[in-house]
Amino acid sequence: MENSLSIKITRRNLLKAGAVSATAVAAPSVTCAQQAAQGAMQPMAATVTLRVNGAARELSLDMRTTLLDALRENLQLTGTKKGCDHGQCGACTVLLDGRRVNACLTLAVMHDGAEITTIEGLGTPTALHPLQAAFIKHDGYQCGYCTPGQICSAAAMLEEIEQGVPSHVSASLTDRPQLGVDEIRERMSGNICRCGAYSNILDAIMDVAAGKAGGKA
Amino acid sequence: MKPFTYERARTPAEAAASAAQVRGARFIAGGTNLLDLMKLEVETPTHLIDVNGLDLDQITETPEGGVRIGSLVRNTDLAADARIRRDYAVLSRAILAGASGQIRNRATTAGNLLQRTRCPYFYDTNMPCNKRAPGSGCSAIGGVTRQLAVIGASDACIATHPSDMAVAMRLLDAQIETVRPDSTRRVIPIADFYRQPGNTPEIDHTLEAGELITSVTLPPPIGGVHRYRKVRDRASFAFALVAVGAVVQRDGSGRIALGGVAPHPWRVEAAEAELPRGFAPAAERLLAGAKPTADNAFKLTLAARTLSAVLTESRA
Repeated sequence: MENSLSIKITRRNLLKAGAVSATAVAAPSVTCAQQAAQGAMQPMAATVTLRVNGAARELSLDMRTTLLDALRENLQLTGTKKGCDHGQCGACTVLLDGRRVNACLTLAVMHDGAEITTIEGLGTPTALHPLQAAFIKHDGYQCGYCTPGQICSAAAMLEEIEQGVPSHVSASLTDRPQLGVDEIRERMSGNICRCGAYSNILDAIMDVAAGKAGGKA
Repeated sequence: MKPFTYERARTPAEAAASAAQVRGARFIAGGTNLLDLMKLEVETPTHLIDVNGLDLDQITETPEGGVRIGSLVRNTDLAADARIRRDYAVLSRAILAGASGQIRNRATTAGNLLQRTRCPYFYDTNMPCNKRAPGSGCSAIGGVTRQLAVIGASDACIATHPSDMAVAMRLLDAQIETVRPDSTRRVIPIADFYRQPGNTPEIDHTLEAGELITSVTLPPPIGGVHRYRKVRDRASFAFALVAVGAVVQRDGSGRIALGGVAPHPWRVEAAEAELPRGFAPAAERLLAGAKPTADNAFKLTLAARTLSAVLTESRA
């Protein structure tokens, strides 16, 4: 009995139970300025509806929950990783209304009705996104922890180049940016890989970029 | 993170009024700096006013021939705007030199101007810091100062302002338009926007309690060659050791400003008057009165050399 009980309490379930008991005592819904003025600073609860990977998900959560924690802890979409939790590493990169953002640096409650795409929504094991296939082909990782962020970031980054968004290394501000290793290195600087798989990550992205530019199917 | 209450503002005036009513209220837009500081409990707002829904995300032409940039225009969109790239290139270049693609997608024009220092002692809640905890002392003075200010600082604080965008805005004589809690509006020239740290380094700017930035306007284009050169410890996604912004005209006159060296974008109009005589007198005037530490005195040499390189390049 003791054994079977302890097996059931996985680390993740334990954390989830803790999160539930913390929010259970919270006030019921989105609040107003008067409560703040009274100085009663209890944790506040909020409801928010996110469209995650195409499906509407209504969430009731602590007001302080970042988009990252909402995805990982409330929706169990653990493909999006928590690295530094301060916007420095890029492991939490997701697409918010089509643009890449650090999910750790924004609150879930700020995105009612927004469209979120995580790594789980980009591709599946049986239908890989071209970047996922390219990362496998080029061995663009070692431990793999930064990979979902790298891939979400790269997908949006290639769109940015296509839309003509300039970068720090673009020689001209008025001409269309050129696809090249310097451009991709600069534009991917918000994603850190502590294993140092950068050269293979670059190869993987260049491979897909060449295909997008019409080189390959 | 400390608990807080939250509301979504419907109009700028309503947002300002609400901010003045609640002690400890803060506006939130991109949140890339504020949330980072809230996690560390360097910032502990009791109430967040989400201004993202306000209609302040457009770039439009002004009747005078300049541009009005809504306070919610994201850094990516401002840097990529065709008019900015063509007529105010130093602004595009400065923005693109800062942060990462992900952060620029969220960070807003007003939020960039209002970001807090990255002084390591400001971030460390175990250490005294006059900017974070007024009157507690300055750990940076006598501490590790390599990144910190060499000019314009005070005996209470030697933090730098981290923004690249603000350096370009200062160079372009931007005007900051606001709405106050009583619904009145005003315009603050950027030269008057940042405060000298003095004995109250906790107050970064001249905005009143509850005052909300609604837009930033730029005067008509001034032409010239636009340059922004940032020197940092790595090639990308790092704060400046020294940054030089310049707009240089064909006749040798121009405007110059520095980032990474002072509590605010560092521009000295009297130094610009020296430009036709060459970079050396201009650099000397620009950096007159500097008080570096042994650890950051290199910034003075670096600033002068970077300025020289930028001016040479601009005249090529």
